[in-house]
Amino acid sequence: MNLQANDACNPSQIPADHLDLLEAEALFIVREVIAECRQPVVLFSGGKDSAVLLHLVYKAFHPERIGIPLLHIDTGHNYDEVISYRDRMAERYGCRLHVRRVEDSMQRGTVRLRHALESRNAHQSVTLMEAIGELGFDACLGGARRDEEKARAKERIVSVRDEFGQWQPKHQRPELWSLYNTRVAPGDHIRVFPMSNWTELDVWQYIAREAIELPELYFAHQREVVRRGDILIPVTFLTPAKPDDKVETVSCRFRTVGDISCTAPVASTAATVAEIIVETAQCLLTERGATRMDDRTSDAAMELRKKEGYF
Amino acid sequence: MTTPTQPTDPADMIHDEHDIKPSGLLRFITAGSVDDGKSTLIGRLLYDTGNVAADQLASIEATSQKRGLAEIDWSLLTDGLMAEREQGITIDVAYRYFSTAKRKFIIGDAPGHEQYTRNMVTAASSADLAILLVDARKGVITQTRRHAYLAHLLGISELVLAVNKMDLVDWQASVYQAIVDEFNGFISQLGRHHVQAFPLSALTGANLASRATDISWYDGPSLLEHLEYIPARRDTDLAPVRLPVQRVVRVMLGNAASGANDEEFRGYQGTLASGHLHLGDEVAVLPSGQQARVTGISIGERALQQANEDQAIVVALDRDIDVSRGDMLVAPAQPAQVVRTLTADICWLSEQPMQARGKYLIKHTTRTVNALFDELLYRVDVNTLAQQAAPETAAMNDILRVRLKLQQPLLIDAYTDNRTTGSFIVIDPVTLNTVAAGVIVE
Repeated sequence: MNLQANDACNPSQIPADHLDLLEAEALFIVREVIAECRQPVVLFSGGKDSAVLLHLVYKAFHPERIGIPLLHIDTGHNYDEVISYRDRMAERYGCRLHVRRVEDSMQRGTVRLRHALESRNAHQSVTLMEAIGELGFDACLGGARRDEEKARAKERIVSVRDEFGQWQPKHQRPELWSLYNTRVAPGDHIRVFPMSNWTELDVWQYIAREAIELPELYFAHQREVVRRGDILIPVTFLTPAKPDDKVETVSCRFRTVGDISCTAPVASTAATVAEIIVETAQCLLTERGATRMDDRTSDAAMELRKKEGYF
Repeated sequence: MTTPTQPTDPADMIHDEHDIKPSGLLRFITAGSVDDGKSTLIGRLLYDTGNVAADQLASIEATSQKRGLAEIDWSLLTDGLMAEREQGITIDVAYRYFSTAKRKFIIGDAPGHEQYTRNMVTAASSADLAILLVDARKGVITQTRRHAYLAHLLGISELVLAVNKMDLVDWQASVYQAIVDEFNGFISQLGRHHVQAFPLSALTGANLASRATDISWYDGPSLLEHLEYIPARRDTDLAPVRLPVQRVVRVMLGNAASGANDEEFRGYQGTLASGHLHLGDEVAVLPSGQQARVTGISIGERALQQANEDQAIVVALDRDIDVSRGDMLVAPAQPAQVVRTLTADICWLSEQPMQARGKYLIKHTTRTVNALFDELLYRVDVNTLAQQAAPETAAMNDILRVRLKLQQPLLIDAYTDNRTTGSFIVIDPVTLNTVAAGVIVE
């Protein structure tokens, strides 16, 4: 029973009724957290996974408005479009938005960079832990998914973090049925991932179904880039073109919109959610049996499941 | 030579006893050791359904070559754990995802080794189906029986017996049939299950994602076809309404969602554990027993006439009665039992043994109560299924039948009737860890 590429490239033929089950599971998890935890917060970066998460939190509270705050750890290296999207969403849902900056941690000396242009992505966790301590959160809802990388395939939906914010695979709690244990000792907190069982394709299908607004960067647009191997490097103040680089303007989109210093776009002409779904579904199929990548394979396919969006 | 059992053709299957459309999501577990070819089976299934990315493929090809293997070692796809092993991290349940044009699948992959019972119980708790792997050369072994028993204990009624490595026994029908007969003989002692057997070779992919065409005596579906068509749940039309209340919502003082009606409103949020709930239905609230009529059902902004099992809803009632988190809305004619003692089978999950007569917390649906292990009736030897009377404590991986005393009532059904209202976890009140899982007998 081999899949025919055509089956999945027509969005109407990609099965979608599993979205109801994934949504219901997520709503249940979010409600457990808001019912059992003292001070939960939604980690909201303005990326597509956190946009879906925010929508799920909205549905979990409805008809009340979202009763918990949002937290964004700002590396200072975000695209302006993403920051204004973030602020717009917080306002639309009537949520209190806390922003904590890696730059403030740098000033405090808790984050030290090797050089000025070093990616601040890895340092976000320090600022996050400082924010958790300062604001007293005991549960952080996040949009991470298990299919993102191998190690995460084993992380629990409710994951206990110690006072250093570390995930300890050795000491994970068993998680059975939909009985989530949200209890933690003072000083510890939980990270909760209601979308653990979602894949990238599920996320896009759900964005389409629920008409969730996203930053424009996710859709195909013209952008100046430099090619380095398979990767398109956007020309920005953080990643300027070198004197002998050939700068091209290509049609591309971002699959993740993290820190500018480590997020690359992929060549794509997908300008709508429906087109992105086709492209994402196609990746899965063209990779089938591909012992080599050929010309017909999209760049998005090549990127698939690599540690997404990072160089 | 007898004719081997033929699995039902998928086309017929959806028209037989359970005439419902397959759900878009199937959760299954794979039970077996690496030696049975479990990792190969999963890796091959992911690959043959186009769910392996090119970069992953390139990496396992390179590793296979480096090791001097003539063919690709599919187990490398799921064994992303070498680094973890080196670091001595406990290997436990991993979840993997793949989809076909028909369905999305979630595999709960519980590797073997010492902690097997604990891992398998964890993975099985959320599974609709279990694939039990048998090496055709070895047949049904102790481990197979243990896996079948645990799947049975966790209420998985859909079992797949995957008789693997058939290529190594020259696809002999008699070998396959003997294994199927022996397994059926064993499983029928445990209770009613739907068992579908498949002769296959995970290594060559024969009968896995596509039908094996060169086996004269087998013309049934492939394993994947079976997984695509099997109903995820038994027909629950007759199951009575069970709605554990997760949270009370109150719209007041301007806290309505934008676009939502800002008149005062009180509703109850929860996920329907079973049954169908309609507007106008009379429900009873447990434990109080007070009754009310359903005047509203919604998911987000969408108002519904009817809610089905698994939907996460908001329910409004026609009168103000006292309802809080941990209560349960039920069909008045068939309520859940309100109990202060219960008998259950538990699996001890923690490295710390049970404290005899110790106090623990029980989380059952959305209600958490104090409990005491009042009596340990017997321990089950998962290899022989023999019962050892009156154990003094429970250690990791032990399966015990116990009697519990509860400080506050629980609202229960037997696990065989309802997997949600019949299950619980045990939390150590000091470490706050989840130390055991239980299925309610009565």
